[in-house]
Formats: sequence, structure tokens, C-alpha cells
Amino acid sequence: MERHIHAPVDQEKVRQLKAGDYIYISGIIYTARDAAHKRMQETLDKGEELPFSLKGNVIYYMGPSPAREGRPIGSAGPTTASRMDRYTPTLLDLGLGAMIGKGKRSQAVIDAIVKNKAVYFAAIGGAGAILSKCIISSEIIAYEDLGTEAIRRLEVKNFPAVVVIDSEGNNLYETAVLQYNKN
Amino acid sequence: MRTITTQEVTKSIKEMCIEANYALSQDMEAVFQAAVQKEESPLGKKILNQLEENLNIARQDKIPICQDTGMAVVFMEVGQEVHIEGGSLADAVNQGVREGYAEGYLRKSVVSDPIDRINTKDNTPAVIHYEIVNGDKLSITVAPKGFGSENMSRVFMLKPADGIEGVKEAILTAVREAGPNACPPMVVGAGIGGTFEKCALMAKHALTRDLKAQSPIPYIRDLEQEMLEKINRLGIGPGGLGGTVTALAVNIETYPTHIAGLPVAVNICCHVNRHIHRVI
Repeated sequence: MERHIHAPVDQEKVRQLKAGDYIYISGIIYTARDAAHKRMQETLDKGEELPFSLKGNVIYYMGPSPAREGRPIGSAGPTTASRMDRYTPTLLDLGLGAMIGKGKRSQAVIDAIVKNKAVYFAAIGGAGAILSKCIISSEIIAYEDLGTEAIRRLEVKNFPAVVVIDSEGNNLYETAVLQYNKN
Repeated sequence: MRTITTQEVTKSIKEMCIEANYALSQDMEAVFQAAVQKEESPLGKKILNQLEENLNIARQDKIPICQDTGMAVVFMEVGQEVHIEGGSLADAVNQGVREGYAEGYLRKSVVSDPIDRINTKDNTPAVIHYEIVNGDKLSITVAPKGFGSENMSRVFMLKPADGIEGVKEAILTAVREAGPNACPPMVVGAGIGGTFEKCALMAKHALTRDLKAQSPIPYIRDLEQEMLEKINRLGIGPGGLGGTVTALAVNIETYPTHIAGLPVAVNICCHVNRHIHRVI
């Protein structure tokens, strides 16, 4: 089923999403990948405030290539989500609404998704050129010294993704593969 | 003795880094088109069409195909009658990477130390493999390697008794575990034989082989075909979201090995299998 959703996400809307839905995201999302997650965890460990509120927000696991003049961003596809698994349950408990990435998640992350009624989307890996066309603006809001790994606030319009793990813990990676397995 | 200047090497490396990240080689484009026809899943077909469109946008609008523009892997076949003039060959390669990644608006993804992890901000150093060969030419292959798929690569130190069935199971295990993480449809490079490091290097080198070119060894040619079919029956599909096109090709290299061993390396590459070749 095709759906449009707005970011930050509304928890009632998130509950309606089912694994396998093809969605288009519009609104504001934030980028963070390995180094930014490590730094966010260190910030929390010190009892300090994160650079943006997690409440209902969407994190996109992505580090772009540099923007050419006159463009908001360079190539901008998802990176492998499992590298962030160690940090993710904490962020979900603090209100993170959704994540966009690619690839499998740990059981601890799936459990935290269900517990907090969040959702995990997959964007198409290796489609950074086409996905960059859905990003209207990009602004670094924290950790600028990390270069491509800095936290960026992105305005996106009709950004395509697939619901892989829904708020009930259904996992498209598990079910879809079985459907086409012929061995 | 033929003289090649380091400036020529730097210029070539620079151009090759840029070119590789904006357009795939023709053999890759051809397998993509065939894949769209073969895919049975509607969502899989949709993703493959988007990946084709992604390639067109990358080429026309000068946006890298993927934001992970890789760590630059460089294979250098140096003719033994070549004299390099103007400084160190490694410095010339790294200067080419530095210039290419800056001028090409490519992402700088290299950290100076695996534990301290400070970005070098110019994507250097490259990983350079040298081979001394006959002749007076310098043959260069540049293969920017993304790490989504690199992380899913494996080395298996099998026993001789495991035989070819063990090799098949090793390749399938690596692909099955890689699943959606490696950005399928993938290209699978395998190295069989040699030593621990030799099989890994062969697996990497196999990824740079033209997909239309077949292995000169008949049983390996059959093995490549069989593994491609078996992998595509795993059901992983484009994006790992289910389907019948999980791999675009399987390329295998072999080398003599020790009486006690059967090393197998599987180097997985995503569908953005970048490799570009030039002879100076």
C-alpha cells in the first residue's frame, strides 16, 4: 500500500503503517551515522542535552557527498543501519519516532521499536543520486567537525522508503525473502 | 626502458576516480537491463527501475551514483621495463586520489587510524596493490569500494576434504548473511586457493573483471554460473526486500594452494560495482 507521511511523525500514524507499505516522507528529518551516534551517546552519558529533540523525530542514517554549487546536497542514500544498533534502543526510549536506513536490525532494536511504537524504514541503498532530488534543503546543526558525519537537518519532499519493521515488530526482510526463496 | 612521469600517473588516477563514481562500465549497465527483465517481484522490479534511473541521473546531473564514493582500491601492474620519474609512485597515486575526490565532489570516507578515527579529509591513503609484470606499460585499475558491502565480506579457511561443495556453501553463507546490508543486487567476487591473504586479494580482483568475460577455467565457469543461479534462488532480491535477482554476477579467481588448505574469500560488492581500467 502507498502512503504519504509527515515528519516529525505522529505516533497514531506510525501505528497504522505496516511492514511492506511503500511510503513517501515529507517534512523535517535529521541525519546521523556512526560518529554522530557515538557523540550523542557520550552527550547523554554526561547528562547533557542532545543537539535536537528526539520526540517524534526521524533519523536518517546518511552521510552525503559534497554539494555542488547551487544544490542543497550531494549524493544522499542510506547507510547500513545495524552499525547504529548499539545506540538505538536508548534513542527510541527517549522518543525517537522513526529511522531510515538499510539492512537488518538487532533483536534489541526490534524490541525497542515495538515497546515505543516506532518504525524502521528502508530507503534504496545505492540510489544516492535519485534520493538527493527529494531533499530540498540541508543545514548542519551539530558536530560540524565530523564532516560528512555531522548532524544535518534536512527538509524532504516525497522521499521514498519502504516500511521494513513496523510498530508491531513485523519484519519485511524476514517475510519477503521466504516468499521468493526457491532453495 | 620507458619513462613514465608521476604527473601522468596522478592525472590518470584523478580522472579515473571521478569517472568511476559517475558512471558504471558498460558491462554493469548491460547486466542491469537484463536484471529488470528477470525480476519476478513487483517491488523488486520497481527498485531495479529506480536504480537504472539513478544511474541516468548520476551521469546527467553529475551526482555520484552512491554517496559512499568508497575507499580507493588501486591495482597497479608495473611493467619491469618502466622507469617512474618525478618521485614516489605511491605518492603520485595518493595525489591523484586527493585531487579526484576534491574536484569530483566525492565523499571523503577515510579515517587516519582504525581506533582514533580522525577523517583525513581527502580520502587518502588509497589501498594500492602492485604487481611487477613483463613489458614497458603501466596498467592501472581503480575500484572505489563502498563499505556497506565490504563489511559483509568473509574469509573461510576450509579443509581440503570440504572440496567444491564446501566452497559452494561458503559462498552461499556469505551472501545469505550479507542479505539486505550489502545493497543487493550484488556482484560476488570469490578467491579460491593461495593463502589467507592471497584468496582475499583474488576475491577483490575478481570484482574488477569485465562481467562479459568468462573464466578461462571450464569448471570455474560452470561454478560461477551455478552459484549465480543458487544465489538468485535465496529470495533476498533487490534491496533485500524479496525477489529473484539477488546477484548480478559471480566472478571467481583461483591459485595453487598448500596440501593442507582450501582458503576461500568472498568479497561482496553492491550493485554500484565501480571499476575502471587504463594503460599508460
